[in-house]
Amino acid sequence: MIDNISSSLIDWSRAQFALTAIYHWLFVPLTLGLGFIQAIMESIYVKTGNEFWKKTAQFWMKLFGINFAIGIATGLILEFEFGTNWSNYSWFVGDIFGAPLAIEGILAFFMEATFIAIMFFGWQKVSKGFHLTATWLTIAGATISAFWILVANAWMQYPAGMHFNPDTVRNEMESFWAVALSPVALNKFFHAVFSGWIIGGMFVVGVASWFLLKKRETKFALESIKIASIFGLIACGLSVWTGDGSAYQVAQKQPMKLAAMEGLYEGGKGVGLVGVGLLNPNKEKYNDGQDPFLFKIELPKMLSFLAERDLDGYVPGITNLIEGGYQTRDGGVALSATEKIARGHAAVQALTNYREALKAKSDAVIAKDNAIKAADDEALQQANDAFQQANDTLQQAQTALDKDFQYFGYGYLKDPSDLIPPVGLTFYAFRIMIILGGFLLALFAVTTFFSFKNKFENKAWLQWICLISIFLSVIAGQTGWIVAEVGRQPWAIQDILPASAAISNLSASSVQLTFFIFLVLFTILLIAELKIMCNAIKKGPQIVEQ
Amino acid sequence: MNSIFFLQHYWWFLVSLLGALLVFLLFVQGGQSLLFTIGKTEGQRKMLLASTGRKWEFTFTTLVTFGGAFFASFPLFYSTSFGGAYWVWILILLCFVLQAVSYEYEAKKGNLLGTKTYRVFLLLNGILGPVLIGAAVGTFFNGAEFFVRKNQLTDTMMPVISSWATPWHGLEAVLVIWNVFLGLAIFFLARILGLLYFVNNIYDDEIQKRSRKRLIPETICFLVFFLTFLVHWLIQDGFAVDPTTKIVSLEAYKYFNNLIEMPALLIVLLIGVVGVLYGILKTILVSDWKKGIWFSGTGAVLTVLVVLLCAGWNNTAYYPSVADLQSSLTIENSSSSLYTLRAMAYVSFLIPFVLAYIYYAWRALDLHKIKTDVEY
Repeated sequence: MIDNISSSLIDWSRAQFALTAIYHWLFVPLTLGLGFIQAIMESIYVKTGNEFWKKTAQFWMKLFGINFAIGIATGLILEFEFGTNWSNYSWFVGDIFGAPLAIEGILAFFMEATFIAIMFFGWQKVSKGFHLTATWLTIAGATISAFWILVANAWMQYPAGMHFNPDTVRNEMESFWAVALSPVALNKFFHAVFSGWIIGGMFVVGVASWFLLKKRETKFALESIKIASIFGLIACGLSVWTGDGSAYQVAQKQPMKLAAMEGLYEGGKGVGLVGVGLLNPNKEKYNDGQDPFLFKIELPKMLSFLAERDLDGYVPGITNLIEGGYQTRDGGVALSATEKIARGHAAVQALTNYREALKAKSDAVIAKDNAIKAADDEALQQANDAFQQANDTLQQAQTALDKDFQYFGYGYLKDPSDLIPPVGLTFYAFRIMIILGGFLLALFAVTTFFSFKNKFENKAWLQWICLISIFLSVIAGQTGWIVAEVGRQPWAIQDILPASAAISNLSASSVQLTFFIFLVLFTILLIAELKIMCNAIKKGPQIVEQ
Repeated sequence: MNSIFFLQHYWWFLVSLLGALLVFLLFVQGGQSLLFTIGKTEGQRKMLLASTGRKWEFTFTTLVTFGGAFFASFPLFYSTSFGGAYWVWILILLCFVLQAVSYEYEAKKGNLLGTKTYRVFLLLNGILGPVLIGAAVGTFFNGAEFFVRKNQLTDTMMPVISSWATPWHGLEAVLVIWNVFLGLAIFFLARILGLLYFVNNIYDDEIQKRSRKRLIPETICFLVFFLTFLVHWLIQDGFAVDPTTKIVSLEAYKYFNNLIEMPALLIVLLIGVVGVLYGILKTILVSDWKKGIWFSGTGAVLTVLVVLLCAGWNNTAYYPSVADLQSSLTIENSSSSLYTLRAMAYVSFLIPFVLAYIYYAWRALDLHKIKTDVEY
């Protein structure tokens, strides 16, 4: 047993979860996007009866299958890591968090597992219609799976629909629908799925461009590009819309994350959005007086508009959030971090008092029983007094806990600066995501234009850009998740439980060892996947063109 | 649906059912462990891989759903066992990760590690998967080394509620011989089910003949480990919970008493064991009978279901702590709240629908048996 949780254990546990999530998110978006595209292609085949579309869909399905397997492997680890590495979290919020995971298994995974077998092995065994249904149900299963896991993730960013029960020492669900349909969950789901569609679309356009560069499978490539370009363009548009919604939700629910995304230390009214900027590496503390930027180019008042839907809306910066004192949306005055930490300590103390009173009450009940059995009036009176006193303490503790529970997680923090996430990583990741997202939107517009004008085939420069952009789309997706997850540190659950208190009681060396085991294993499997995929692409769809 | 007592029992039934279905579906692992025993030529190995390769995702998905359902219904088990018996669960996960990629990658050009490596991965998953899962389940009856201290959350320096009592983090379970016996019993059962599945699914004379012949030594091994475990299980002290005081104590013949006090389970157990044996024996004795997998499979599900139900029902601690008896987990002290159990119970009503489409899809694929000209 370990008496103190070491920072090394917390860091390695974070690193292991981040590693697994990053690897998992290499494969999942391709499943979501490519799955949809191949289902569209198979639908065209079933509608037209043209074998060309069957071969086209089969080719993309082959790549889908190669990618799918490793996505499952990393997903398995991710699910169980909540238990293995975040055991305190699993108890503290398992009553809420477990449900989406179980529903994901029952509703989504079985749908995927069942119909993917038909999709791969059923071409000669079931009817065209059944096969097409299986293909659509496979991607539906994958998307439903994404919904439930993103509901779970969103709940960690915006805990809703629950209350804390000091008897069981955990949070308990009060409203399933508040959890499943919270605005954060819906935005997160759509934004993540659309980003997957973008990656799927870019993958198809990029791989098809490679065929054009090699002057192979021209018709297959051009037709694939048309479908994927339109698909990618729509996904980009929807992604901008849901991205705006996500940022708005972050501003409302996680203002510190927004401040880190913008490198905003001193907030105010009518705050500008940093388009490009270089952070000052000498800035070490929020209150050291150093300018946070070496240089920046801003879009005036845009951050206020995006965050508050008001060009002159107030957006707090990191310093404001730490020092408090500004006027909140509901007209109140924001607490300082020090006050929040004090109230967090008060909440933890109230829980301590509650638990002690609970024990005293239980002891008093036993003493009462014994006194009655022994017919000892004096002992009975003492037991009754102790019972009454314990009951009073219990109620006082409950009241104190109710008052301060919203700051419960702050009770585990020592210093206000613990509340600041890594600003550099969050800031640059956000910029990279936005810039790449804008680039991909423009690129899909260009590929859509040229492919439908039948002018794509001889544009080698564009084909090269498309090929390289596969990796750029993956980076855009990864950086999006870095913003979401690094930006919410130190919280495992916003305001309720910091990562440092969510952990399993393990030695740091054990987690370090499993980190490297996973790192080596996932990397080997990734290299194998890429090699197999490149070979499958080189082999091509082998369509005999008329 | 408004009684937490009912819902805790209902969810223990569902988790047990998922565990029982998982053991049946371990026929995939059993089949993998026999890849080089039954498959003597490349063609035969391809047929074996094609046969289990179309079903492995069901096993995998059941494992994941089993984890998810356990998390949702009994989160204290999820946090205590997974975070405590760390190395056992990590090993189980690792060998399933290897499986997840191996079917897809083993025959593909450019697979980096070579076909043989991926087949060895499948072999490893086939051996380690059932043994480790069986040994982990063994701790339901023989106890594990943990403490649960809910007040720990108020210690801001060390707020973790569940702690493991040994530095081995679960590996010490293999030192308990009865855990090993259960692990090996599950392993040989998986191999038997794998053989029966090959007999049912692969139309190749040599594989059929070899599989039926191989059933005999596998069945002997299975019976040795299973019967020894079963007899010990019936006579061992079990972990009883006083329904009034909630105090956990050792009770002589607890699991035997559970069967006597829940006679329906005893009947189901007997039907299950007979089903397993009937499927095996008839497959050995009748050379063209191929339905053994369904009898033995159903029997395995019923048997495992009863064994798991006896772990949690009838005032029994399903995850006992031998480090601190009063830290033991019961379906009462480790479950989710009434609200969550009820909400999840509504979701569980979809399970028959899920089973129906799995059956439909399975049949659609299995109408075409694996033959020599298999495309894989």
